[in-house]
Amino acid sequence: MTATTVTGGDRETVQSPIGRMLRDIGVITRRNVLRNVRLPQLLLFATIQPVMFLLLFNYVFGGSIGRAPQLAQFGSYINWLVPGIIIQTATFGASQTSVGLAEDLQAGVIDRFRSLPMARSAVLAGRTISDLLRNAFVSGLMLTVGALIGFRYQTSFVQLIAAFLLAMGFAFAFSWVMASVGLAVKDTETAQTAGFIPLFPLVFASSVFVSVESLPDWLRVFADHQPVTVMVNAMRGLLLGEAALPTGTTVGGTVTAALAWIIGILVIFFPLSVRLYRRAAG
Amino acid sequence: MTKNIVDVNNVVRTFGDVKALDGVSLRFEPGIIYGLLGPNGAGKTTLIRVLATLLKPTSGSATVAGIDVAADPVAVRTKIGLAGQFAAVDAYLTGRENVEMVGRLYNLSKHEAKRRTEEVLERIDLIDAADRQVKTYSGGMRRRLDLAASMVGRPEVLFLDEPTTGIDPRSRLDIWSLIEDLVAGGTTILLTTQYLDEADQLAARIGVIDRGIMIAEGTADELKDMVGGSVVQLTVRADDRGAVADILRSVAGDDPKVDDSNGRMSIPATSARTLLAVAGKLEEAAITPDDIGLRKPTLDDVFLSITGHVAENTEPEKKRAARSGR
Repeated sequence: MTATTVTGGDRETVQSPIGRMLRDIGVITRRNVLRNVRLPQLLLFATIQPVMFLLLFNYVFGGSIGRAPQLAQFGSYINWLVPGIIIQTATFGASQTSVGLAEDLQAGVIDRFRSLPMARSAVLAGRTISDLLRNAFVSGLMLTVGALIGFRYQTSFVQLIAAFLLAMGFAFAFSWVMASVGLAVKDTETAQTAGFIPLFPLVFASSVFVSVESLPDWLRVFADHQPVTVMVNAMRGLLLGEAALPTGTTVGGTVTAALAWIIGILVIFFPLSVRLYRRAAG
Repeated sequence: MTKNIVDVNNVVRTFGDVKALDGVSLRFEPGIIYGLLGPNGAGKTTLIRVLATLLKPTSGSATVAGIDVAADPVAVRTKIGLAGQFAAVDAYLTGRENVEMVGRLYNLSKHEAKRRTEEVLERIDLIDAADRQVKTYSGGMRRRLDLAASMVGRPEVLFLDEPTTGIDPRSRLDIWSLIEDLVAGGTTILLTTQYLDEADQLAARIGVIDRGIMIAEGTADELKDMVGGSVVQLTVRADDRGAVADILRSVAGDDPKVDDSNGRMSIPATSARTLLAVAGKLEEAAITPDDIGLRKPTLDDVFLSITGHVAENTEPEKKRAARSGR
């Protein structure tokens, strides 16, 4: 691109294409963060709902699910639940990416952006980064509320940080999946529904709330191999140690598998989103 | 370097098998308002989107400020501003934040973006509402803010897609005077409209577009000549028709047109004086018409006289474009 087109005078401030791109991403990210903070339903969706899930699952289901022999060995159910629910929140939260993009497309905001001499990548990157920031905030909130009601990590502080970063990596990657959905359907209501439906089997037929050993065989095949289970297992390995993992797996192994999923998702959905963005707007 | 700031050459743009633009050419010099007049679905928005680098032409070429829109869209974007059919402002940001953000994306420094934001907010008279979130704005205020955002980069060419569609008459006048100010300040404007009076009021030159084809071009006066300009139109009782026809003939110097279906008669009017002259003579003859008035030509008249059919709102462009994956 010819980012160094000088049109004279005070107009051009940043000359390097990379510098301009980062500045543009920053501007769009800031705009989305302001929206996230000011839109009451977004803030509510982002904070109250996941906290409610955490409390409900812990106190309503924890009593019976938590007593299942596969789970009882980790002490209280909350220790089992927190790693899972952080991934669940990241997964559901990613649907905000598709809704946000569809909203901008519908409102003509993306037309305006595309007519400006700004970096093309900034609209998508600004969206996924602002959603990542929201996710980091919510995950921090989950860990805090979890700690208040009894969650204790069983490993080291370094592994706690590693688990947090892994969850954020997944949240970011999954945002790009949802970006593709939002750009493909282009209207907010459809984005909401189309994005949500595949999330339910992913989250519930996984190890988020229960041990997959309790699932029927046919469902277990899916549950064992789908990304949410892999992510949750890696989180449990990092936060609770190897004993929390299905027999025959190691912490290193599951974390590697989780990273592979994150990279795999990005490799497919990053270029796909970019292509859909070009098509959606051009 | 061409001296035309916008130069469109035989541009075709198809969506699937629909030809939204079917070989459009137009060119005009800097410093004027060019009005693109046509009904919904005529191709106005598609043409704006091609010129604003949002769509690539299927064939043909177009330059803006001497730069080819398909070959170097990035350079074109530094020269243009766009205000679309829907105010593309963010409801949850304040007016000031909205404009400043666009300024930054025009690659202005923080300081410069702030300075120009104040300047344009002052100009569009929104400085008092600048720190309110846009969700509290009226429709007219949003449109004005959208215009402010498109102006903040001081573009050489502004594309305004139906800037007054769907807003109240008062705001419409505000936007008209804002557009006139901008051109007085040296900006070139291409605006689309469905209203002949808007094109007439603002545009130095008007292109009439229908079904993706430019069907006429010229100044407002030239177009009106084509249509025949304003008319005095009146309806009288059947037994007065002979006498009234004589009066009309004496004023116009020619036979009046008579609509056989309802007996309505009309003659060309050079100004309101024609109406007064007719009214005076009717008074002298003690004839009271059922209805009399000066009727200005509408878009329908333009279409009727050029194409032989009335302006039909074909399928809205937005929908058509969305369906075929714009």
